[in-house]
Amino acid sequence: MGILIDKNSKIIVQGITGKSGLLHARQCRDYGSQIVGGVTPGKGGTSLEGFTVFDSVAEAVAQTNATVSMILVPAPWAADAIFEAAEAGIKLAVCITEGIPVRDMVMVKRYLQHSKMRLVGPNCPGVITPGECEVGIMPGNIHKKGNIGVVSRSGTLTYEAVKQLSDAGLGQSTCVGIGGDPIIGMDFIDVLKLFAKDTDTKGVFIIGEIGGDAEELAAQWIKENLKKPVAAFIAGRTAPPGKRMGHAGAIITGGKGLAVDKIRVLEECGVVVAQNPVKIAEAMREALNKD
Amino acid sequence: MNIHEYQAKEILKSYGIDVPRGCMVKSARQTKKAFQKFGCDCVLKAQVYAGGRGKAGGIKTVRDATQACDTAKDLFKKRLVTVQTGTKGLAVKRLLVEEIIDVEKEYYVSLTLDRRTSRYCLIASAQGGMDIEEVARTSPEKIHTLYIDPIVGIKPYHARGISSALGLKGKLIEDCARLIQNLYNVLLEKDCSLLEINPLVVSRDQRLIAMDCKINFDDNALFRHSDYEKMVDLSQLDPLEIEARKFDLAYIKLDGNIGCMVNGAGLAMATLDILMEYGAPPANFLDVGGGASREKVAAAFRIILSDKKVRGIFVNIFGGIMRCDVIAQGIIDATKDIAPHIPIVVRMDGSNLDEGIKLLAQSGLNVETVDNLKSGVQKIAQMMSKKQKS
Repeated sequence: MGILIDKNSKIIVQGITGKSGLLHARQCRDYGSQIVGGVTPGKGGTSLEGFTVFDSVAEAVAQTNATVSMILVPAPWAADAIFEAAEAGIKLAVCITEGIPVRDMVMVKRYLQHSKMRLVGPNCPGVITPGECEVGIMPGNIHKKGNIGVVSRSGTLTYEAVKQLSDAGLGQSTCVGIGGDPIIGMDFIDVLKLFAKDTDTKGVFIIGEIGGDAEELAAQWIKENLKKPVAAFIAGRTAPPGKRMGHAGAIITGGKGLAVDKIRVLEECGVVVAQNPVKIAEAMREALNKD
Repeated sequence: MNIHEYQAKEILKSYGIDVPRGCMVKSARQTKKAFQKFGCDCVLKAQVYAGGRGKAGGIKTVRDATQACDTAKDLFKKRLVTVQTGTKGLAVKRLLVEEIIDVEKEYYVSLTLDRRTSRYCLIASAQGGMDIEEVARTSPEKIHTLYIDPIVGIKPYHARGISSALGLKGKLIEDCARLIQNLYNVLLEKDCSLLEINPLVVSRDQRLIAMDCKINFDDNALFRHSDYEKMVDLSQLDPLEIEARKFDLAYIKLDGNIGCMVNGAGLAMATLDILMEYGAPPANFLDVGGGASREKVAAAFRIILSDKKVRGIFVNIFGGIMRCDVIAQGIIDATKDIAPHIPIVVRMDGSNLDEGIKLLAQSGLNVETVDNLKSGVQKIAQMMSKKQKS
């Protein structure tokens, strides 16, 4: 089962005629995802490597019944792409694009308050339900079908974690990259709520990093609501304050957003925190055995 | 992106916000001229990309032309070390010469993003001129916050409400309300990630003046503002950071001696953490990004090699979009002319791993390759401690 996407999900790719749009549409299709078409304004009616291209999301939805959109539109136009997806009736938009201005995302986030569409990202690797469906840019082959839900603010660090989990025999139900920006669609808690209800998910691994207080809020929510074992890793223990560590959202400001604080709160709330990034599977195992 | 106080004030001025009369100068001679032009007591403010200037001796009052000239000479000789700069400090290449304002009372006003609500928020306090985080800790009731609905914006009544909360009376309520609305326009139109006036003052003659101002721009919005690039003061950046900017690499100089090249910000941070834990402190944060070209990888590797503090290099790549053979090729290109004589450990995993390993092996470079993070970190730490002993 897993969450958000499965083998029946019908997916379109916004920005499919771009270099990375096409590359990842192809990779997702190779993984087994049902990519039913793509959107690039002005290129409607053409076909590219077997993908039908539409001028608008509305048209693509009408023709294909797609409910999921993977957005690989360049940053200046990405917010527009998200609005378009929402208005066309897409249920889940996964926005991979990095570098969307904060001002644009403030408006997107406000709009989504009254929309039925869920947004994952931006600036994220996407979502994968191993063995069924990939909507994203992650290397599919490192994933293994199983019972651990993974939710992360990072990209390659998630691959590192997933590889360790798979190698240790801990397959995944679904992995969700929620993104490294200060404003994102679904946050940790939104994803945890879905994992809580998912019968395939027996445990959850969280990958957080410095900046903001999403990890602290998630920890509190876990303590009060989640009956499943949870382990976590927080990157940036040694990051200097005031510096933006690659991700737009990874910054310690005014003594807030420190890794040590996040780790402390997570541990106080019963989450097993991996001491370093090579002990991820170990921490997950410990959490599973604790219960 | 940072800009200087004088640049921030120019922006405020263009939006109708009062700032003290001032002039940016680059020499003691210019300082003297500016002082004479104003014809009153002035303050000289060192223009550096850091706060805490006052306590660090970067802000000086001058009362005559000779004093202005001498003080400026002193300041220009300095590397200003403040609580925010680190021990190396920052070069003082520009000063802001400003008329002194007769102040009645100081306030604090800022606009920034509140991540919890995903909205911009206005923070105001009658405790001006102080560290706002300190005020928030000790007397949170003295801080007034307005979370801005982006569809509504800041309406006049919102702004008047804040003015009243600050204790302003009479015409100052309207003046401050107008200032707050103007500030919000600056925030939106200039894509600021932070806009802070501390202090905002009421002068003896009942004018509202922005005495100090800090603006940061949202790096993600730079494509909308082609004029920002020329506002950058390169004297405030590390030479290696300047080089990294050219190639659009996320690079931050750190205090250790292990050069690091990693793909992905989260993995890069985690790599720094574990290096530290293994007693091999990193010399830098460097994220080559997803899908970097061979040229970009080579540029990244050259930047690490040109750092004189680097005694060993650790490369950590989890290939996805980034292919291991591109990484290998980039490293080979970067070392073609000068073969490095320091230990290099390359951890690669993911796409095109075999080609990557083969390329490095054939290159004749003295590089250790491993396929997992743990052995990679152990190896570089081991090599470094061996090197220290010998």
